[in-house]
Amino acid sequence: MTMPLMRPKRKNPVLRTPQINLPPGSRGRVALGLTAAAAQGRFALQTCEDCGAVQYPPREACHRCLSPRLRWREQSGAGRLLATTTLHHSNDLYFRERLPWRLGMVQLDAGPSVMAHLHGAVGDDAQRVRLGARLDRAGQAVLIAFPIEDEAHMADDPMLREMTSDPKFRKVLVTDGKTAVGQALVKALVKAGADIVWTGHAEPWKKLPGMDELARLPQVSLVPLDVTNGRSVTELAGEIGGKVDIVINNAEVHRGFGIAARRGTDVARAEMDVNYLGLLRLAQEFGPPLKGRAADGVTHASAWVNLLSIYALSNFPPHGTFSASKAAAYSLAQCLRAEMRPAGIRVINVFPGPIDEEWNQQLPPPKLAPAALANAVVKALRDGVEDVYPGDVAQEWLERWRDDPKVLERELALNGG
Amino acid sequence: MPTQAPALLTQLATALATGDIRVIDLTQTLTPEFPQIALPPEMGQCWPFRIEEVSRYDERGPGWYWNNFSCGEHTGTHFDAPIHWISGRNLPHNAVDTISPQHFVAPACVIDCSGQVQNDPDYLLTVQDILDFEAVHGRIPAGAWLLMRTDWSQRRDPEAYQNFDETGQHTPGPSSEAVQFLVDERDVLGFGSEAIGTDAGQGYHLRPPYPCHYFMHGAGKYGLQCLTNLHLLPPTGAMLICPPLKIQNGSGSPLRVLALVQGGGLS
Repeated sequence: MTMPLMRPKRKNPVLRTPQINLPPGSRGRVALGLTAAAAQGRFALQTCEDCGAVQYPPREACHRCLSPRLRWREQSGAGRLLATTTLHHSNDLYFRERLPWRLGMVQLDAGPSVMAHLHGAVGDDAQRVRLGARLDRAGQAVLIAFPIEDEAHMADDPMLREMTSDPKFRKVLVTDGKTAVGQALVKALVKAGADIVWTGHAEPWKKLPGMDELARLPQVSLVPLDVTNGRSVTELAGEIGGKVDIVINNAEVHRGFGIAARRGTDVARAEMDVNYLGLLRLAQEFGPPLKGRAADGVTHASAWVNLLSIYALSNFPPHGTFSASKAAAYSLAQCLRAEMRPAGIRVINVFPGPIDEEWNQQLPPPKLAPAALANAVVKALRDGVEDVYPGDVAQEWLERWRDDPKVLERELALNGG
Repeated sequence: MPTQAPALLTQLATALATGDIRVIDLTQTLTPEFPQIALPPEMGQCWPFRIEEVSRYDERGPGWYWNNFSCGEHTGTHFDAPIHWISGRNLPHNAVDTISPQHFVAPACVIDCSGQVQNDPDYLLTVQDILDFEAVHGRIPAGAWLLMRTDWSQRRDPEAYQNFDETGQHTPGPSSEAVQFLVDERDVLGFGSEAIGTDAGQGYHLRPPYPCHYFMHGAGKYGLQCLTNLHLLPPTGAMLICPPLKIQNGSGSPLRVLALVQGGGLS
């Protein structure tokens, strides 16, 4: 069984903050297929289109028939643990700092035998296990054997916690608490056991419903933060940047205009100022302190979440300028991910479809409920994934986009989705 | 033969040098935190003041410090020109670049409503307030600013300054009748307020909506808002210097508002 994580003691301020050493992070192009699937929460292996063989490790050709026609297909992960071992020594700095470390050989029902990390709830006896893929601290896929049946506190397993960003006992910044999504996020994080949820409060003179209720939660601390104001971002980062473990940037401006529907550029500029430049301002100020605390105890700094939009993938003309700003933010978020990964901080991009909020009031359902979006964000943190497409609309668009982006573009232009 | 300096300006220079005439700053500092006027979110919005460093004796500019800033024409302490309002849209010389510069230096009368506003943030200046003022201080001269002192600028917390609740903003301003009296009977140069607009926070519900904007600008008069330090001015006798930026066809502009005050007594 997994021991529940106890509230960690306060940090000893006379000791040097440990710095992150990453596990081995280089992978060949072929092996990145495993990582790409894991980054989206899937365990996929190469399967041969010709003979049907499933193989691991990834290769250029089928190990059985030498066909190059290989496809990554999602796996159930069902298999049998054959043998286990415990590392008590490693020359690799990452593992050296985390010994002992348990490994096991798993024979997958699909065929291959793999070496996997063992969840603490998996004993040493031969047994049925469920293999899953997770991203490790270097952002690369690793395989983990889980017990067949879930048990209590599984997320508190020290090895798993290394690879995920569970909000439990962590200190989180939600950049905008004034929106329905922001408030749902704050509540979901509190429910998930977050220690502190700093909640951004721009233009405090604008009284919006829900803020008083939020402020009454003991974990919640309202902080002045306006992402359009560089000085506000700098000041808040100076104040709390060194304590934030997870940044969730949900600040956004959303209006429903294309090019012709609104004269001038003021709305488009406001969207860019918040949705794109806001992220840039936050990343410049909160990125460095986050990177410096990536190995700071069991509640180390771990993740950065961006609320993007499925419209970032392909422009939704009725919300054309919003789509463009989210596409810009998406591009910048990829840059942020590239800069944060070497520091062991995960960047999670969330691509919801239309959210059930006031700027989508006239849009027919299905619309993603703010609470559902918030739960998807918490789940993404717990699962340690990189990309999330919550809700049916996002899933469907993603599928169409993967199928053929050009066809999707035409469809969106014709009938608005 | 040396030219003679004009006597009045020489006296002014001497009075400024000796401190007999003091210069009082009626301007709020431009900061990103100073609130901007808030319209319903679906409408076009006035930009708040924003500032970004260009360089500060660093790799971006080793020997110098400077900033870029952005704001709207109606950000911070600012001037309203007649073209700002639909009622003044067709008047001649109605924009900040075409207004006669002669109008940028003018006397000011200050009516103290701070007592009333303390009890009622929605307080509206009445015609009776004006008549009471005149009974003590004399008739408001044509071409003078009428400044409504409310001490509203003492509210340093932006939340208290904006004073919103679910029915909107609650800040003082003039009644529709008082505005019409000032325009028709006194021919003032304009109206100045310490709150975020020349009209009261609930001015949209007066008749007509926003009467100060409607009547003042419709008659070619000006507005000043977000003023501060009005409590340092005498009821009459102060001279305002308030030239807006020369923005082509501008509807207004942030500006520095200075008052010349004679005598050392008031402070």
